[in-house]
Amino acid sequence: MKQLRPNDMMLQVSMRLITLIIFAFSFYLFLAGHNNPGGGFIGGLMTASAILVLYLAFDMKTITKAIPFNFTTMIGVGLLFAVFTGIASMLYGFPFLTQFFDYFQFPVFGEVELTTALPFDLGVYLVVVGAALTIILAIAEDDK
Amino acid sequence: MTALHWATISPFLLAILIPFLYKYVRRIHTGWFVLIVPLVLFIYFLSFLPVTANGDAVMRSVPWVPSLGISFDLYIDGLSLLFALLISGIGTLVVLYSVYYLSKHKEKLNNFYVYLLLFMGAMLGVVLSDNLIVLYVFWEITSISSALLISYWFHREKSTYGAQKSMYITVFGGLSMLGGFSLLYVMTGTFSVRVIIANVDLVATSSLFLPAMILILLGAFTKSAQFPFHIWLPDAMEAPTPVSAYLHSATMVKAGIYLVARVTPIFGGAAEWFWIISLVGLTTLIWGSISAVRQKDLKSILAFSTVSQLGMIMSLLGVGSVAYYFNDGDNALYTTAILAAVFHLINHATFKGSLFMTAGIIDHETGTRDIRKLGGLMTLMPITATVSLIGLAAMAGLPPFNGFLSKELFFTAMVNVTEYGIFSVETWGIVLPVLAWIASIFTFLYCAILFFKTFTGKFQPEKLAVKEVHEAPFGMLLSPIILGSLVVIFGLFPNILAYTLVEPAMAAILPGILEPGEQFYVNIYHWHGFILELWMTIGVIAIGTLLFLTMKKWSQSAFYRSEQDIFNHIYDSGYNGLIKGSQVLTRVQMTGMLRDYFLYMCTFIVLIIGYTMIRYDAFAINTDNLSPIDPYMWIVAILLVVSVVAVPFINNRITAIIVAGVAGFLVALIFTIFRAPDLALTQLLVETVSVILFMLVFYHLPDLRKEKIKPSFKLINLIVSIAVGVMITLVSLSAFALGSETNFTSIAAYFIENSKVLAGGYNIVNVILVDFRGLDTMLEILVLGIAALGVVSLIKLRLKGSEDV
Repeated sequence: MKQLRPNDMMLQVSMRLITLIIFAFSFYLFLAGHNNPGGGFIGGLMTASAILVLYLAFDMKTITKAIPFNFTTMIGVGLLFAVFTGIASMLYGFPFLTQFFDYFQFPVFGEVELTTALPFDLGVYLVVVGAALTIILAIAEDDK
Repeated sequence: MTALHWATISPFLLAILIPFLYKYVRRIHTGWFVLIVPLVLFIYFLSFLPVTANGDAVMRSVPWVPSLGISFDLYIDGLSLLFALLISGIGTLVVLYSVYYLSKHKEKLNNFYVYLLLFMGAMLGVVLSDNLIVLYVFWEITSISSALLISYWFHREKSTYGAQKSMYITVFGGLSMLGGFSLLYVMTGTFSVRVIIANVDLVATSSLFLPAMILILLGAFTKSAQFPFHIWLPDAMEAPTPVSAYLHSATMVKAGIYLVARVTPIFGGAAEWFWIISLVGLTTLIWGSISAVRQKDLKSILAFSTVSQLGMIMSLLGVGSVAYYFNDGDNALYTTAILAAVFHLINHATFKGSLFMTAGIIDHETGTRDIRKLGGLMTLMPITATVSLIGLAAMAGLPPFNGFLSKELFFTAMVNVTEYGIFSVETWGIVLPVLAWIASIFTFLYCAILFFKTFTGKFQPEKLAVKEVHEAPFGMLLSPIILGSLVVIFGLFPNILAYTLVEPAMAAILPGILEPGEQFYVNIYHWHGFILELWMTIGVIAIGTLLFLTMKKWSQSAFYRSEQDIFNHIYDSGYNGLIKGSQVLTRVQMTGMLRDYFLYMCTFIVLIIGYTMIRYDAFAINTDNLSPIDPYMWIVAILLVVSVVAVPFINNRITAIIVAGVAGFLVALIFTIFRAPDLALTQLLVETVSVILFMLVFYHLPDLRKEKIKPSFKLINLIVSIAVGVMITLVSLSAFALGSETNFTSIAAYFIENSKVLAGGYNIVNVILVDFRGLDTMLEILVLGIAALGVVSLIKLRLKGSEDV
């Protein structure tokens, strides 16, 4: 991947902006998932591609500093999120993975629907981001 | 979760804490913490004695997988209580013994006690579960923990060999047993033993009766080391002695006995059941006792003796099952065998437990278990010698010990068989008492060898590894002494067991035979007068003594010299053949080329789908109700076909990637046209990410070369690809035809209606993913995570050059 790291000012500057937009959009997709197209899978894939685009423009060291996450750990954290949302409903005597939802009034946003599916979807999101990046970076780092 | 449930899983809970206790409390032997659990459990289970003595039972339920009829039901009746007391009682003594046997400085105690507790909990689960599937799960955990304990000293080759062997044989039996349980479910529609027994007519009249019976018996016979599956038990003696005393003589190997006793109400009364169990049991009895005579290692002798004693109990259960045929609980002619089985089960646990522990003491103090090196230990280890003598006398069937009483009952039961007049016993029945009698002679013989070769004769310090031989510390002696005292107490006052344990256990093995409100009345006593059984015992002692005294003459024979069981050769060659065969098979199909694997998969998919479709005559094409196809759809479709067909003909890699990408984006377009935004988005993103991935790995890939490929190979690929395409098209057309011909309501309607109502979301795809099919999603992301870890380990931990796998 050495060949793919041109020290290109234009590319780097524009990528910063583009990535930010993709990030924001992927986050929107993730949150909108329950009622509009989107969700954890799609949001996760988009976030992963945003980070990948960064990798095309910058070198490993810079990005590791900017995004100090261990993506392999992220898989585990995501799985835990998913499992614990499932277990949470058991604590109230419902079967594993029973999901709930309700509507709440918030000062700025007005009526907002909150669901237990959201933390579950967050788990999906984290696993997708973690897995995609773990796989791709493992292949990319393999210079031997 | 009730108190009973917590009690059953308490060993598992403690097992979680053991590694921490071992790590942070090094000063205290970890065994002391473990000791609490079986002790408390023993006292807890004692509190159920009055309940079962009244003929009542306790049932506690917790639903587990209600949709499959699986619930964690625990059931305590006479039989399960007897086993629970054995497990916790012997468990307490074994843990106490192990504290002195295993050094806290040298051994990995955390491993040992975790495995032991795992076993204890699983064994309790086996005997207390009413649900067959739960029983099966616990059953397999006992196999696993047993194998782990056998291989505790895993650096010894023989330990791992023994562990593997026991694992293969018992898991083979366990899987057959699962098959048998499933057949029972097919017949009765339930996994609950209680309910199956209540609907026993359904089983008896079914054509699956015999297959189910044989499969379940395979499970019981492998676990209880019955002939010819007994070969794993002698090799299991590589485990530390406390384990041998606990798992491989007192509890786990009796799980098979438990299972047979438990399902006797279901299968009992059938001629096949009677003959299979009786004959397998007696063959095991005689084979084990003869093999034991040939052994030179203390624990090997005890192992084969355990095999033979298990055979004896098994044959008694077989003989006792006729009580169902006659359905006559009052008649002692039929029930004596069950009485003998239950009574001997308890007796065997007491004397064999103490014998294993004394063998362990001898090993610990002298450094050897070879009877050719031992001798004259009586004066050096008087307490050990006394306890051994008591245990061996009980095993040989000498009065006044408990073994004598159960041996007499055993003879009575076998002699009774000749009077049954069913199952053609009038011609073959005489075989049973004769076999029983011959086996008892050999039992007497190996007991004599075991005692006299170890404790009398000349002391040979030059052959021992240790300098000074002395009596074991008191703590180590405590457990065998307690068990030895029980041998004497049960021998002198057998009826303290009769009312509390034996009668309820008999009632549990033979339910429905007694009138309601009636009980078995058991009275065990020593003196019956000069009857046949007494003369048989006298014969055993006389001939056994004679054989022992003439041992010098026959000990030179080839029979005595070879210790190996011929079935070991069969096992070993079968095992090696299996490995060789699978290597050959693997070499043929694992070519290391992805396209070959892809070819296999595609061929298999075409064949299996094609077979199913033809078998059910399911191909159908219905062109009614088709919507018109817009011109732009034609364009998209043609572009898609062109791009896909083009890929194989492109010799430039980057062009190939781009063309494949075109196909992907066109699919996304089709999704959009059919108004599936979620799918389209996902497809777009996947394509994007994979293009980036291609860019990243691009420089690592070799140039595409024109390969010289045989035309036949190309032809096969072409045929398979076309076949896959045609098959999928036909299947989707048939599915469409099926939908328009029948009133098949699509599942989609349900999701459309309920997505908002039940889950509060308008996006059906997402609601299905996170709510309706949330479990699927969870497992999918689990797979995704595992795949990622797999890729990482494949790349990062890649072997370099000539390293071997």
